[in-house]
Amino acid sequence: MNSVHTREPAAGGRDWAVEARGLVKTFGDNRAVDGVDLNVRAGTIYGVLGPNGAGKTTTIRMLATLLRPDAGSARIFGHDVVKESHIVRQLIGVTGQYASVDETLSAWENLIIFSRLLGLGRQEARRKASELLEEFGLAEAAKRPLKNFSGGMRRRLDLAASLIAQPPLIFLDEPTTGLDPRTRAQMWDTIRRLVQTGSTVLLTTQYLDEADQLADRIAVIDHGRVIAEGTVDELKASVGSSSLQLRIQNPGDIEVARQAVERVLKVQSIVSPEAGKITAPMANADLVADLLITLREAGIRLTEMSVQKPTLDEVFLTITGHGVEEDASDEAKQEEAM
Amino acid sequence: MSSLPITPVSELQLKNHASLRQSVRNSFTMAYRGLLKIRRTPEQLFDVTFQPIIFTLMFTYIFGGAISGNVHSYLPLIIPGILVQTVITTSIVTGVQLREDMDKGVFDRFKSLPIARIAPLAGALLADTVRYTVATVLTFVMGYIMGYRPHGGFGDVVIAGVLVIACSWAVSWIFAFFGVIARTASSVQGIAMLILFPLTFVSNAYVPVKTMPDWLQWVAKFNPISHLISAVRDLTNAGTIGGDFGISLIGAAIIVAIFAPLTVRAYMRRT
Repeated sequence: MNSVHTREPAAGGRDWAVEARGLVKTFGDNRAVDGVDLNVRAGTIYGVLGPNGAGKTTTIRMLATLLRPDAGSARIFGHDVVKESHIVRQLIGVTGQYASVDETLSAWENLIIFSRLLGLGRQEARRKASELLEEFGLAEAAKRPLKNFSGGMRRRLDLAASLIAQPPLIFLDEPTTGLDPRTRAQMWDTIRRLVQTGSTVLLTTQYLDEADQLADRIAVIDHGRVIAEGTVDELKASVGSSSLQLRIQNPGDIEVARQAVERVLKVQSIVSPEAGKITAPMANADLVADLLITLREAGIRLTEMSVQKPTLDEVFLTITGHGVEEDASDEAKQEEAM
Repeated sequence: MSSLPITPVSELQLKNHASLRQSVRNSFTMAYRGLLKIRRTPEQLFDVTFQPIIFTLMFTYIFGGAISGNVHSYLPLIIPGILVQTVITTSIVTGVQLREDMDKGVFDRFKSLPIARIAPLAGALLADTVRYTVATVLTFVMGYIMGYRPHGGFGDVVIAGVLVIACSWAVSWIFAFFGVIARTASSVQGIAMLILFPLTFVSNAYVPVKTMPDWLQWVAKFNPISHLISAVRDLTNAGTIGGDFGISLIGAAIIVAIFAPLTVRAYMRRT
């Protein structure tokens, strides 16, 4: 959708935490990232939204100097990720999808080692470690080996480790995937507080909901390309705030029903014939009454009607015309190649 | 979150390279991590604990009578041989563990930190000298229990031990290199055994080289392991430092000079 491509011109200088141009990364035949542009303003939360295997993690890994781009360039606060990687590493914190902490050590030992590596003195490292453990509610479990940690605790420790040096830019790769709702809400709070201290956060997520809650701007990414970019409101406006789903009793009526939907609601709809289902964005709820009357007059019977808030799936449907393809094998291949 | 606001980027002092001091510091921190890991999982030391005990007992009693007439007179020959074989073999584990470690998420963090690139490697290798020390001490203790009394005296035995540890540390760079480039930990093990098995056995470790066929004698004499074993025998049995001592050290230095840069380069290419 062109309407959401309201990208601001990229100005060089310190205003931009991230400026990426045409990033490409290929694993074998798989173009995991296929020309990604991103601009993230300092002091904001930026969400990269996309399904599994869309290239989110690969993009973050290139921005975080963990992977070398095959083509394109990226600058972090004006510093090139390839040529000035050592400087870039002084400006970022990375929290990966899979906790990047030492499983054999305790939470305390992990934080001490990372602090020492970051140049903190012995005393300073101890102070920092206990401070962070306290803040992230891990003080009690500090000396226990990580093997007994829950996913949420691990994720919190991982984030704590990324904050030791108080980096101005923090990458969070799917920070809440696999967390229970309560832990997820805690993580969201933590991320919001981070930005209040002046940090910039770039996070990836599979959930529109999460991007909605946190991000100032969002890039939707699919098959290694940015397919839409804008504020959450712009993005949602393009999808319609909610979608209407109709299940038609008689499959023969589905074409007539679709025409009625498009005529009355004045939108494009998507038909899944095998399920006898019509999905349409519902920009104006008031028109639905008219639609139902039209269908009744045409003698089309419904088995089910529901209204759904937009999901990532709908965003994709609207923007790309195809749904989220759960392509697990691609993802697996990509993991292996890394 | 820390209540402290973060320092604006424009006020940070940034350098694009880690200084030598920082590299050394980072390496020692990583070595400290290695030691913590050993303390957490002491079963890692199983091999270096039991291999010297079992091998020393086994080979001494199997070959002793055949080669030197009796077990006691075989000890001055076999203990240095066993020592070098055991400790050098232990260095394979360094490569295997490095491979396993690198597959873990924590290495992503090491890569994303502004630390010297060599530190995770050098640290791991440094921490493993603890393993070599354990194996060295246990081999000498086993020998002593079985009746081995080195003529060289305690000081020379210590020098011999340090020499073996230093050479094993050098050799561990070879396996670290394979550890970095290999796809799986078990393939590292396979490659390493393939190299080390002939290298340690086609040497003067267990038998006098004279008893071998000519072509094999030539190999055994050329084998750097034989020189290291001879250097250890000179020290422990006679208390002298001979040409083999120098050859061993030069060999170790050459290995490090070749494989340390190769390994670091391969490691950096992976990032």
